[in-house]
Amino acid sequence: MASEVSAPREYGLGKTERRDSWWVGPLATALGFGAFILYSTFRDIYNDDYVSFEGRAGWGELLSPFYSPLPPESIRGLLPIWFSPAFLILWAPGGFRLTCYYYRKAYYRAYFLDPPACAVGESRSKYRGETRLFLFQNLHRYFLYFALMFLVLLSIDVVRACVFESKDGGMTFGVSVGSLVLLANVTLLSMYTFSCHSLRHLVGGNIDCFSCVAFRKGRYKLWKGTSFLNKNHMLWAWVSLFMVGFADFYVWMVASGTIPEMPDELKELIEK
Amino acid sequence: MSDEVILKIYRGDDTSGEMVDYSVPVAPGMVVLDAIHTVQATHAPDLAARWNCKAGKCGSCGGEVNGKPRLMCMDRMDKYPDNEPIEIRPMKSFPIMKDLVYDVAWNYRVNEKIPPIEMAAESDEERLFSQEEADRVQEFRKCIECFLCQNVCYVIREHDKKQEFGGPRFFVRVAGLEMHPLDKANRLGLLKNDLGLGYCNITKCCTEVCPESIAITDNAIIPLKERVVDEFYDPVKKLFRVLFTK
Ligand code: SF4
Ligand code: SF4
Ligand code: FES
Ligand code: FES
Repeated sequence: MASEVSAPREYGLGKTERRDSWWVGPLATALGFGAFILYSTFRDIYNDDYVSFEGRAGWGELLSPFYSPLPPESIRGLLPIWFSPAFLILWAPGGFRLTCYYYRKAYYRAYFLDPPACAVGESRSKYRGETRLFLFQNLHRYFLYFALMFLVLLSIDVVRACVFESKDGGMTFGVSVGSLVLLANVTLLSMYTFSCHSLRHLVGGNIDCFSCVAFRKGRYKLWKGTSFLNKNHMLWAWVSLFMVGFADFYVWMVASGTIPEMPDELKELIEK
Repeated sequence: MSDEVILKIYRGDDTSGEMVDYSVPVAPGMVVLDAIHTVQATHAPDLAARWNCKAGKCGSCGGEVNGKPRLMCMDRMDKYPDNEPIEIRPMKSFPIMKDLVYDVAWNYRVNEKIPPIEMAAESDEERLFSQEEADRVQEFRKCIECFLCQNVCYVIREHDKKQEFGGPRFFVRVAGLEMHPLDKANRLGLLKNDLGLGYCNITKCCTEVCPESIAITDNAIIPLKERVVDEFYDPVKKLFRVLFTK
């Protein structure tokens, strides 16, 4: 028996024959990114509590990744009061993530609804994909070069967080919770950066015939290595995003005195 | 699962049709294609459905089950909830010929645009290449041309860009040729202009539906996009080419 008439098929935003909860994925993505964008924008504008123990004896310096590299005090003094030093560097990590192949997929789906989910209809207005306005996405490789430099800078921050001034004025090496947080941050950012599609292309993806090029073994191994990490690029994108936010939050809490640098008993123990 | 299940099957063609209910008994291990065969045997001998191997290898039995593109011969009935009808439709992106049979001829026309392999070396000895090099292109050879990816790709499905877009299946084919260690042809201009690679916004629906688990977006499309950037969009590379090639 006939039950319903359904041809021609329906088109238009949200129209689908799927019966599962296809909207959960895009909604979660939209909320997750939204939360990060709000938090990071707030912290960039906040322009305070981004470094703790700067130039202070006895403790390793903790610098928020949102504010790294930090221009010296003398230059910061020249900036207008509303101009946060974070604005100077925001474009690099921001541009890297904006043009990342994974994030592109995620925000085309979650924000542009282009498409909202697979086999779910979308607005059928003129579609140009990445041909016109979005051609800038092709510059991703240039943001990658900056991202690699930032990994070096953030690693230096970890080292600085581990250099303590001892009681007699000399330097010692030490580990604080903050330094471990910064280490975790740079590690996860490295996994994200080393799993980048453009890097994978650069180190060997562009080679068809490995036996025809110099350093064939090394380049093949590099390509295999980045390909291995690349399989989980989405995972690295999310965990590194969360971690960079958390690292900033931790520094904020320490710098504002909300979290004590360390319990007094432990401090005494170390200083003995 | 309960003993009987209601199938709602599309009956009609490209201009008009309806969803018709059929009740069929379910048996352990049954797949959607079995249920279609039961309907043909017991209710509607004129129900048109295409199939061949019943082993997920010929790529003929693609359809949409509860709105998701699938090979009907690989889609087990026991994963669908009990006591709920299962809806079966033909692929949405191609003209419907009758019931569950659609016309995929457009795909073959796209295929004709792609230059075949152009071997560089003459002698057999020079034609050797290593297993490592073979591995990468091997993945693309797994394609069974089921066209599920072409069907779900919304550039085709929603925007009907069949004139200017090749679709994921053919990006997979071009990737297999472009990355072949002995191939000398250059298909990057073809990709950018005739096959419209730029229309793909890497949203990965093709990868999600591929029954051969080919990482279409990550291993074929994105690497090809990077090669197109090398050739057409990298400003520094462009400058070098202008300066150092005559
Ligand atoms: S990733 Fe590209 S080719 Fe694949 S379905 Fe999405 S738009 Fe189409
Ligand atoms: S790439 Fe996968 S989904 Fe597309 S035609 Fe080939 S086997 Fe089917
Ligand atoms: S592709 Fe995601 S960082 Fe490059
Ligand atoms: S019948 Fe051959 S793939 Fe399903």
